[in-house]
Amino acid sequence: MALKHVNALIVGAGAGGGVVAKELATAGLSVVLLERGNWYSAADCRKDDLRNQRTTVLGNAFGPDEDRNPRVLVDDRGEGIVWPSESGYSNNAACVGGGTFSYGAQAWRYMEKDFRMRSTYGAVAGSTLEDWPIGYSDLEPYYEKAERELGVSGDVSNNIFQARRNQGLPMPPLSPNKEYQILLPAAKRLGWHPFDLPMLRNSVPYNGRAACMRCRWCVGFACEVNARTGTHNTVIPAALATGNCEVRTGCMTREILLDDHGQASGAAYFDPHDRLQRQTADLVIVCCGAVESARLLLNTRHRLFPNGLGNRYDWVGRNLHAHTYPAAAGLFDYDTYDDIGPGASIAICDFNHGNPGLAGGGMLANEFIRLPYQFMNQVPPWVPRWGQAHKDFVRTAYKRTVTIMGPVQEMPMFDARVQVDPKVKDYWGIPVARLSGKKNPHTLEIARFTAGKAEAWLQEAGAVRTWQRIPGPSLSGGQHQAGTCRMGNDPKTSVVDQDCRLHDVDNVYVIDASVHVTNGGFNPVLTIFANAYRASHRLLEAWKGSKVRS
Amino acid sequence: MPNSRRQFLGAGLSAAVAGSAISCGASNGASPWRFFTAEEGRTVDAICDRIIPADRDPGAKEARAVNYIDLQLTRPFKRYRKAYREGIAAVDAASRKKFGGRFVELPAGQQTEVLADIEKSSAAFFELILAHTRQGFYGDPRHGGNRNRVSWKMLGVPFPPIRGLERYDQPKVG
Ligand SMILES: Cc1cc2nc3c(=O)[nH]c(=O)nc-3n(C[C@H](O)[C@H](O)[C@H](O)COP(=O)(O)OP(=O)(O)OC[C@H]3O[C@@H](n4cnc5c(N)ncnc54)[C@H](O)[C@@H]3O)c2cc1C
Ligand code: SF4
Repeated sequence: MALKHVNALIVGAGAGGGVVAKELATAGLSVVLLERGNWYSAADCRKDDLRNQRTTVLGNAFGPDEDRNPRVLVDDRGEGIVWPSESGYSNNAACVGGGTFSYGAQAWRYMEKDFRMRSTYGAVAGSTLEDWPIGYSDLEPYYEKAERELGVSGDVSNNIFQARRNQGLPMPPLSPNKEYQILLPAAKRLGWHPFDLPMLRNSVPYNGRAACMRCRWCVGFACEVNARTGTHNTVIPAALATGNCEVRTGCMTREILLDDHGQASGAAYFDPHDRLQRQTADLVIVCCGAVESARLLLNTRHRLFPNGLGNRYDWVGRNLHAHTYPAAAGLFDYDTYDDIGPGASIAICDFNHGNPGLAGGGMLANEFIRLPYQFMNQVPPWVPRWGQAHKDFVRTAYKRTVTIMGPVQEMPMFDARVQVDPKVKDYWGIPVARLSGKKNPHTLEIARFTAGKAEAWLQEAGAVRTWQRIPGPSLSGGQHQAGTCRMGNDPKTSVVDQDCRLHDVDNVYVIDASVHVTNGGFNPVLTIFANAYRASHRLLEAWKGSKVRS
Repeated sequence: MPNSRRQFLGAGLSAAVAGSAISCGASNGASPWRFFTAEEGRTVDAICDRIIPADRDPGAKEARAVNYIDLQLTRPFKRYRKAYREGIAAVDAASRKKFGGRFVELPAGQQTEVLADIEKSSAAFFELILAHTRQGFYGDPRHGGNRNRVSWKMLGVPFPPIRGLERYDQPKVG
């Protein structure tokens, strides 16, 4: 039986897709939202330290399904299959809410220079560093809308580096934990400008959801009380409440359907019973996250688009990047651990820009509470990896170690890319994503610099020993994946236009982290939200009842 | 995170399931374990004991890390079965060669020496069992290790893991 035609088919119910669904459904469009994963609830919160979205040694708690979704990774060791729980896979999540169901919920606005990286720093060797075609001022009203409508707590008034904002955050910060109290005076003594981390986490009851109860294990887990804000507990329910939107879970989209003229007519997907379905629509909006959005476009072949939809000039899947996360840890001679979650609480933006000889930088903040098993990664290089000495160190240091880390803005690389593999297919027979490429060496230089600042902060705070952790040169992707469908004015060097519409086809949009030209020195989600509000607004302005104006 | 179950494409996709074809030691009826033979289980238990030894606090042996590993080898770790079967054999071979006896028969000091060799000669297996021992000691008891939450008690981590709520899966003793 044919499915009822709708105005808009949105593929992917994550950060971008959730916002778009609500905006279009509220404007009266009929919407179908397809999600390959499940819709979990607070009751699925198992607080399992070995199986969650951050520590995946026994699997991902919130998708994708381990055995059905291989990818191919090409690196120095050759080309091989990787599974979702493995590090080279570059997973984010697969469920209603996407990454926002289980994320850390840091809620950052990018800075003005983050949209003008090329004009600010010039060309960087080996990198496709470029300006966004839009600026901070284009996004500002939508940042504000995201902060208010979804709900952000914190106090960024001491952040003298932030771009102009019209209003403060709608909720006060959570009360400071012990690490905050240790790090605040130290940062001030260093002449830096510490402030309370902005978070998509209720510090007080907000929009009908409860306040955070400060539990130990937050990032990577479901929030038991719905105090943490994702699209699953805000915009997606709001889209459903309009009566204009239907969410279909367990639906793996295979390709976008195109008519003879190369216009999109809908999408083909496998329903939860593995039956192939065709949903027709006036518009198709791709919101699958940076890796899977590129894969879906590349798997959409047509006489007019033999190399994949939107890929006339070979830019789809290019510039895959995320953030490089250098860290420093400090051992104190007293307990710094107070068991008050979520842990991350204080940040500085003193080193996002203006670092001599460096094209950018990154924000620094204290880390979320480490689970005992996660602490294994924090053990310094001079401690033996096993035996009595290792156990002694863990026992002494577990509650006395503070970690500071931060996302370094990466220099995008043309050869860091998503392709579709010619041989390997997933459970449904769909060609899988094939990932290859490396970080730009300059990104690692910046990482070494900010790690030094993190270490200096810990030393000033009184750490008796400190050490650094600098990531290697391998491909960056994972939770902060971005860049694979670059936004730009020139169809020869980008995939979508300013409105996030494909240069190639009038009625296909990409609205998620894929369109980020660069990814800021911050966690990306608030920018994904803001851009989704902005792109929805632009789409609705062009909407003509059954099509968008060309 | 160890990446050793990654299959290289030359070997073909069918390698994806090859690991699970390795039979379970328990099937011969003589082993108390699900995957390991009785002897393998003793060897793994002894390796865990060297990786996280008991002192004033229990170690990985008391935490039953071996039970964690054995249980997971019937679940997500199916792909590591071959690595374990071969790795355990390599540990015993190295013990015989160096000290003339099976690993479990050696005194602790000699076991440590053998493992230090294995760390270099069978690096992939060593990384695997190192990570799994840590998981079986520091991880949630519901997965078969960390019996009586011994490591969490050692670190002073309160239980249950979330304040005010106790309706999580409590560990099943096993
Ligand atoms: C543990 C963790 C912590 C994080 N912490 C933070 C943080 O503190 N701050 C921050 O800013 N960001 C954080 N992130 C990252 C953030 O969640 C992502 O940046 C964001 O969710 C990306 O949004 P997106 O719309 O691009 O894609 P996603 O949110 O990944 O949504 C894509 C959705 O599309 C679905 N999909 C994909 N392909 C198909 C298909 N073919 N058919 C149907 N459905 C499909 C996926 O299942 C998924 O649900 C974190 C992520 C994780 C996992
Ligand atoms: S710390 Fe707060 S936001 Fe995080 S899971 Fe607990 S209650 Fe939810």
